[in-house]
Amino acid sequence: MKTQIHSLEDGRSLTGKSSHWLGPQQDPLPSARTALFFFLGVLTVVFGLLSIAYRMRMSLGDWQPLSDPWQLWLNTAMLFFSSGVFELTRQRLRQAGISAAHDPRVNSPQANSHQVRSLLLLAGVLAITFLIGQLWVWQLLMAQGYYLSANPANSFFYLITGLHGLHLLGGLVVWLYSYRKVCRVGSLEVSRISIELCCHYWHFLLLVWLLMLALLLRT
Amino acid sequence: MALAIALILLVIASVLFQIYSPWWFTPVASNWGNIDDTFIITGLVTGIFFIGINLFIAYAIIRFRHKPGHKADYQPENKKLEWTLIGLTSVGIIAMLAPGLLVYSEFVSVPEDAETFEVVGQQWQWSFRFPGDDGQLGSSDARLISPDNPLGVNPDDPRGQDDRLVLSNELHLAIDQPVKALMRSKDVLHNFYVPQFRVKMDMVPGQVSYIWFTPIRTGRFEILCAELCGLGHYNMRGHVSVESAKQYQAWLTALPTFAQLQQRNQQQTQTLSDATPETLISAGAQLAQAQGCLGCHSIDGNKGVGPSWLNLYGSQETLIDGQQIRVDADYLIESILNPAEQLVRGYSPSMPPYRFNSAQLQALVAYMQSLSTLKPPLSTSPPEALEPTTSDSAHTKIDKGATYE
Amino acid sequence: MSDSIISGAEHGPQSFWTRYVWSQDHKVIAIQYSITAIFVGLIALVLSLLMRMQLGFPGSLEFMDAAAYYQAMTMHGMIMVIYLLTALFLGGFGNYLIPLMIGARDMVFPYLNMLSYWTYLLAVIVLLSSFFVPGGPTGAGWTLYPPQAILPGTPGTDWGIVLMLVSLVIFIVATTMGGLNYVTTILQARTKGMTLMRMPLTVWGIFIATIMALLAFPALFVSGVMMLCDKLLHTSFFMPSIVSMGESLGYQGGSPVLFQHLFWFFGHPEVYIVALPAFGIVSDLLSVHARKNIFGFRMMVWALVSIGVLSFVVWAHHMYVSGMNPYFGFFFAITTLVIAAPTAIKVYNWVLTLWRGDIHLRVPMLFAIGFISTFVIGGLTGLFLGNVIVDIPLSDTYFVVAHFHMVMGVSPIMVIFAAIYHWYPKVTGRMLHDGLGKIHFWVTFLGTYAIYFPMHYLGILGMPRRYFAYPNYEFIPASAQDLNAFITVAALVVGAFQLLFIFNLIYSYWRGQPAPSNPWGATSLEWQTPQTPPAHGNWGEQLPQVYRWAYDYSLPGVEQDFVPQTTEQPISDQAREGHK
Repeated sequence: MKTQIHSLEDGRSLTGKSSHWLGPQQDPLPSARTALFFFLGVLTVVFGLLSIAYRMRMSLGDWQPLSDPWQLWLNTAMLFFSSGVFELTRQRLRQAGISAAHDPRVNSPQANSHQVRSLLLLAGVLAITFLIGQLWVWQLLMAQGYYLSANPANSFFYLITGLHGLHLLGGLVVWLYSYRKVCRVGSLEVSRISIELCCHYWHFLLLVWLLMLALLLRT
Repeated sequence: MALAIALILLVIASVLFQIYSPWWFTPVASNWGNIDDTFIITGLVTGIFFIGINLFIAYAIIRFRHKPGHKADYQPENKKLEWTLIGLTSVGIIAMLAPGLLVYSEFVSVPEDAETFEVVGQQWQWSFRFPGDDGQLGSSDARLISPDNPLGVNPDDPRGQDDRLVLSNELHLAIDQPVKALMRSKDVLHNFYVPQFRVKMDMVPGQVSYIWFTPIRTGRFEILCAELCGLGHYNMRGHVSVESAKQYQAWLTALPTFAQLQQRNQQQTQTLSDATPETLISAGAQLAQAQGCLGCHSIDGNKGVGPSWLNLYGSQETLIDGQQIRVDADYLIESILNPAEQLVRGYSPSMPPYRFNSAQLQALVAYMQSLSTLKPPLSTSPPEALEPTTSDSAHTKIDKGATYE
Repeated sequence: MSDSIISGAEHGPQSFWTRYVWSQDHKVIAIQYSITAIFVGLIALVLSLLMRMQLGFPGSLEFMDAAAYYQAMTMHGMIMVIYLLTALFLGGFGNYLIPLMIGARDMVFPYLNMLSYWTYLLAVIVLLSSFFVPGGPTGAGWTLYPPQAILPGTPGTDWGIVLMLVSLVIFIVATTMGGLNYVTTILQARTKGMTLMRMPLTVWGIFIATIMALLAFPALFVSGVMMLCDKLLHTSFFMPSIVSMGESLGYQGGSPVLFQHLFWFFGHPEVYIVALPAFGIVSDLLSVHARKNIFGFRMMVWALVSIGVLSFVVWAHHMYVSGMNPYFGFFFAITTLVIAAPTAIKVYNWVLTLWRGDIHLRVPMLFAIGFISTFVIGGLTGLFLGNVIVDIPLSDTYFVVAHFHMVMGVSPIMVIFAAIYHWYPKVTGRMLHDGLGKIHFWVTFLGTYAIYFPMHYLGILGMPRRYFAYPNYEFIPASAQDLNAFITVAALVVGAFQLLFIFNLIYSYWRGQPAPSNPWGATSLEWQTPQTPPAHGNWGEQLPQVYRWAYDYSLPGVEQDFVPQTTEQPISDQAREGHK
């Protein structure tokens, strides 16, 4: 009776710090999904406005397009694979019987958990590689003389890639937290929600990246 | 109950205030009197709603305030009433919007016979430019702006050679002549606003904006800046004199052309080293105008963002640390190059350092000396020849080319 | 029934620090937000009085030179709009009322909620620190227009503007965290029987406002980051070629008007983010104290939604004289006057709620009616400014200042007072002193009318705003200076009397009359908690169940003049017809 009300596992919020007593809604996943949905809405407005500002600025006289180093395409591939591996992780979780919507009060098999854990690690590592690759691109461009303030195309490039990278970094913080928790507790159960959310988040950031890339290179 | 009475009294007071208020539009001096009419229409429509709603509330409070045994109605909705009210509101909205947009469509269409002139804003003063006989303004660019070319007129553009420049805050216009004012700024946002003309528009650095109007009565009206542009925003003022076509033409043709100014600047640069006092003073006056000094420092004694230059030279001033100093040429030069070093008490440290060469500094000091009847005890300032003369020291020297009164 | 459930042993806070400081309880967080917001609001109030001293009695305060004036003006505006009004309505009222009104135990993400408060506090600290840096706070106006905001000639361009922009970015992070919490809680944590259409309008107002905030603040974020880049990294997002004080700066090609588009794309929804919670709250207050259902509830909900949506397409009415393409003026004038329609409907419905009601003129009701009156005048003057051609002479004059103070400063503040007088008994278990409340109302209501009604006429005359002084302007008669002096005196009086309110808040906490759990006889859930003030977890062992909307007052055939949402019988006509 008490356990019912003080719902433990599924009563935990994303960070597991305390319980949120939802009442009729025992499973916190819908809440987490709702919050992520709105947050992605916020990010859509951020990058949307940047794109509009970029397009408006592009039409003025002193526009000088940027060179597109091949490293950008390598990074894109990294992010693409990272997103794909996250999706794989989520699928494997489902197969292992640990679907995100699963009722955790029923004990579930821990089959293939080692493989799934490795996938999770890979997903994060690929994303980190992307970020390092972005910094490499920055360094390259600056060495070629394309400074931040030299002309507006540059300014927008650094600003947009910088903001995108920062948001990916934020996602990596959540990823790291989830991964460590999985390793410590030994079960994927505890991070099922975070993994699900990261997966969607990664797809979103990949989409944003592809759109921004198209925008930046079209000039 | 008291609240109902208060609301009724507020309505009555508001209506009375509207009728008896001495604060109303300035008498219109341009063709834009129809803006006033639109304002009044808007006022009538909104006034009806204001009075109606407030009186209705007052009545409801009186009639339906709590009394023992009294019970409220239960009526969640009344579709018919709600839609009627929506309809009424829409009628009100259209009644205001239709005349408004009609007049606005006049505002965006400049008449064909409008004469163009340019308004240039900078912190914290106005300049103007008129096309010459060719009727066209020469092109300009912010990157061409220099002390010798304060409006950045393109010297390579032949259309600009005959442009007439007004490097002071005094504008003249002809009565009954529609004009289109092209506006730009050298530094930050400003806004050219003459209350009596009604129309105004921001002046944006990096682009050109415009308004058009036709002055319909003579007079001298104040120009105000209507977009926050820094510390001197409240004192960035000018005057526009509307006069007969003949007077206007006389004024216009007396203005120097861009070509003439270029020539004079060249001459001045060559001869500044052995300049006569008059040349030096007028050069200083021009510099003060072009560099924006007069935006903060008045020449008539009014305290602005900075001290007035009238009777500044030779005066005794107290610095912020309490030290007393005599204003001599050294002090003036120091204050131009390093303003924060010896700040006068009662003024904020807002002045940025200016970089002038020694000839320019001489000219500025000479000009400031000419504005003062005071003599410093020790004349350490070069050149010796510049003892302030008594006859015209309190007034600005009016050189044929100087363009302010 | 176990104490552990009530006090939430495993999950509830235990020590002083976890109960009152690092609390994750939405009620504690709400009070933290409110106290912080009111504190900075008082600072901003003092700044406004300093400004009024200069305007009413020029030169009377020696330290108020032009720089200090513009700095006071900027900080006053920014604090009031963002750090007081937005934070108080969303972080204060939103946090306290949402879980209680929808029957939840707390917000869905309590830890995130706590983080959002401390982030907000950090934003406040960063902002206030700009008073203590070289050059002082920025004096660029709360709208922070470039190029002047980052150029010499404006106060605070060394450190002040940087701290301001950084503070805003931090605030946006805090608001986003809070906002995600509020919308998710409303969508996911409503108790059984609490459909969306059974939520009180207070929740609806805050709900729509929060969605707007999530979508509008990014625009401020983007423009703030770009301006920081222009200032610190010498980019030219907003900076064209400039010759400043005789020196050619290295910028080129940027557009100051771009900043204005971005800023007002945020700025206009922002004013509705402040207004919509006020609209929702006042609907509920009028209903409770007139013992009558809010008139046209569904229309009220749709009006809130349409105002929220339309508010995103009217922004350039702040830019009619900005030098943007003049043809935009047609579009924005139309959308601006169209948004007047749902707003007017709300006014009619408030007034029709009073009609045939059973009006108890208690202090919350006085303020609520005061809101209607002042909002009407503020909203109507907005129509002058929305009608593009009429705006042209009035733009940047005191007409605008009077308008936005009425509609942002006076009316929402009336609602804040009304709401505090209304919910104080629930929050603290004591009643606020009634006599002091009435004095507070009368001085504030009549006083703010005296301040802002005549001010419109100074704007019609043509007196520009953001002027430190008016030295020898011929078109301004001497009587205008007398009027300014009068307004200053009125402002000083109104300002001083707010101390009475602060005193009342503190005094009544210790010595106020103990309050019953539902002193006003209200139907909504927050009044049905087992404890007053509500304990951690709000509802005790069982969550409430809802059977009706929040407005069953004076139900025909029922003796008690209100039926709480948790009461199953009697079934109202509305429920029978399936409307709810």
